[in-house]
Amino acid sequence: MSSVIALAYLFSGVCFIMALRGLASPESARRGNLYGVIGMVVAIGTTLTLAEASSLWLIAVAIAVGGGIGAVVALKIKMTALPQLVAAFHSLVGLAAVLVASAAFVNPEAFGLIAGGAVHASSLVEMSLGAAIGAVTFTGSLVAFAKLQGLVTGKPLVFRFQHALNLLLALGAAALFVVFALEPSVPAFAGIVAVTMLLGFLLILPIGGADMPVVISMLNSYSGWAAAATGFTLQNPLLIITGALVGASGAILSYIMCKGMNRSIFNVILGGFGSDGGSAAAAAGGAARSVKMGSAEDAAFIMKNASSVIIVPGYGMAVAQAQHTLREMADQLKANGVKVRYAIHPVAGRMPGHMNVLLAEANVPYDEVMELEEINRDFAQADVAFVIGANDVTNPAAKTDPKSPIYGMPILDVEKAKTVLFVKRSMASGYAGVDNELFFQSNTMMLFGDAKQMCEDIVKAAKS
Amino acid sequence: MENNALASGLDGLNHGQQKLADLAVGLGAQASSLSGGETSFFITGLTIFVLACFVGYYVVWRVTPALHSPLMAVTNAVSSVIIVGALLAAGPVGEGPFKWYGLGAVVSASINIFGGFIVTQRMLLMYRKKGK
Repeated sequence: MSSVIALAYLFSGVCFIMALRGLASPESARRGNLYGVIGMVVAIGTTLTLAEASSLWLIAVAIAVGGGIGAVVALKIKMTALPQLVAAFHSLVGLAAVLVASAAFVNPEAFGLIAGGAVHASSLVEMSLGAAIGAVTFTGSLVAFAKLQGLVTGKPLVFRFQHALNLLLALGAAALFVVFALEPSVPAFAGIVAVTMLLGFLLILPIGGADMPVVISMLNSYSGWAAAATGFTLQNPLLIITGALVGASGAILSYIMCKGMNRSIFNVILGGFGSDGGSAAAAAGGAARSVKMGSAEDAAFIMKNASSVIIVPGYGMAVAQAQHTLREMADQLKANGVKVRYAIHPVAGRMPGHMNVLLAEANVPYDEVMELEEINRDFAQADVAFVIGANDVTNPAAKTDPKSPIYGMPILDVEKAKTVLFVKRSMASGYAGVDNELFFQSNTMMLFGDAKQMCEDIVKAAKS
Repeated sequence: MENNALASGLDGLNHGQQKLADLAVGLGAQASSLSGGETSFFITGLTIFVLACFVGYYVVWRVTPALHSPLMAVTNAVSSVIIVGALLAAGPVGEGPFKWYGLGAVVSASINIFGGFIVTQRMLLMYRKKGK
């Protein structure tokens, strides 16, 4: 690698660091994204100087096709479909890693991996590692995509000997690593790819819908490690730097998401959460208890006369696409002199920061949107907590009932508000399969109906 | 008979010695490849990798939680820098499966690069302060 090329790659690496650094605040974030684009253009341009002129038109076609697809999809996608888009993109990084490792295996000369007539054993190990991580990312992200898109059930799919099978596959892949490093052959390489693809598929299958924020962060991390492993194979520092950045980012996000649920990463990966025990908890709750039901008019009356309202959005808001009407409702309240703020739980929605993006899309100023730690103490002074499409993240059982599956999870203290308004389609329990004590509390009013319709009705009632 | 046994014993010993010597040479070669020479990239790479992990750790902890979705989208776009490897595979002259692997990887990485940066920009443009 010539010095000029190495320096250009270094420049790209620095640009990528600046891109992530920009995300420290919304003001600097757009400039950060520009740095990212510059870094990518420099990286691609530099690498193209190494390609043979006769190959360039094919490469141009490939970039145009891929870029065209990517641009159209990114411009058309609805913000509510963002989690599945990100999952699909992760799978493509995994696929690219598998393909690059395959290319390096069949044509090591192109990457300068030949030393003394044979490929070095360490290169072979790196190659198989890159292919393996890429394959897990590829199929795992496909499953996550299918679950988020609703192509398969979001419920955890659990069967007997699942974990034993996964362990067996992992051991099989490890054995194939050794075989491949000692005696590189096409069947061994194909075996590694096949076994790890199956493993990625089976790993994500038992994980339920509401654990997706963790899964999607974890796959984000994997896509980074796949890039880093490819960097080791190709002896390319830029791939290593970028892969490490992305890997670290995904790992931190997974950690934050796990903490938001008070669960360990292993507990999430092992899966099956919320698939059983729901009926037992519901039975213990008893069917005879009554809840207070209200209408949109009641809700409008209560909120118009409040001085401070805190809105707690959840995945239900995303499903109902209620963010725009919710903002209209908030505007109406603000016109009446009510102080309106939003409280976001770290694991609300299906990916980290999901709710923030949807509220931003609906033109909610980001300084009205608070994180759990920032706003949790303010519920005690709030007149109304308006819960829309959230459930488990407000359940006081997390603080009081050591037997509850969500015990210890940090929750939003909505029960401390003078009145709790709960927009919900039915009395069904949340993802964790536990009853929410809050529904039966004397200061809670249930507003049954579709989240978007309810907001529209409240706006109408508040105007009259 | 006893002589025979002794001879075969010595033979075995010699054989073992030869094997040990081979192993020592092999180990020595590996050690030299670790300490310097052509194949020392692994150590350089590891150094870069570990330091970059630390940089990533400190930079990402400073990202505001409100921007975690754009963070995922942009890291996704950025990790598609794997296209560098794809271009190296598709670049050389000649025909063969490697070329198609490379071109396939160029396509999938390009989808990600364009899609990732555009969707990030779309998200970031939506974040507004009060009164703007």
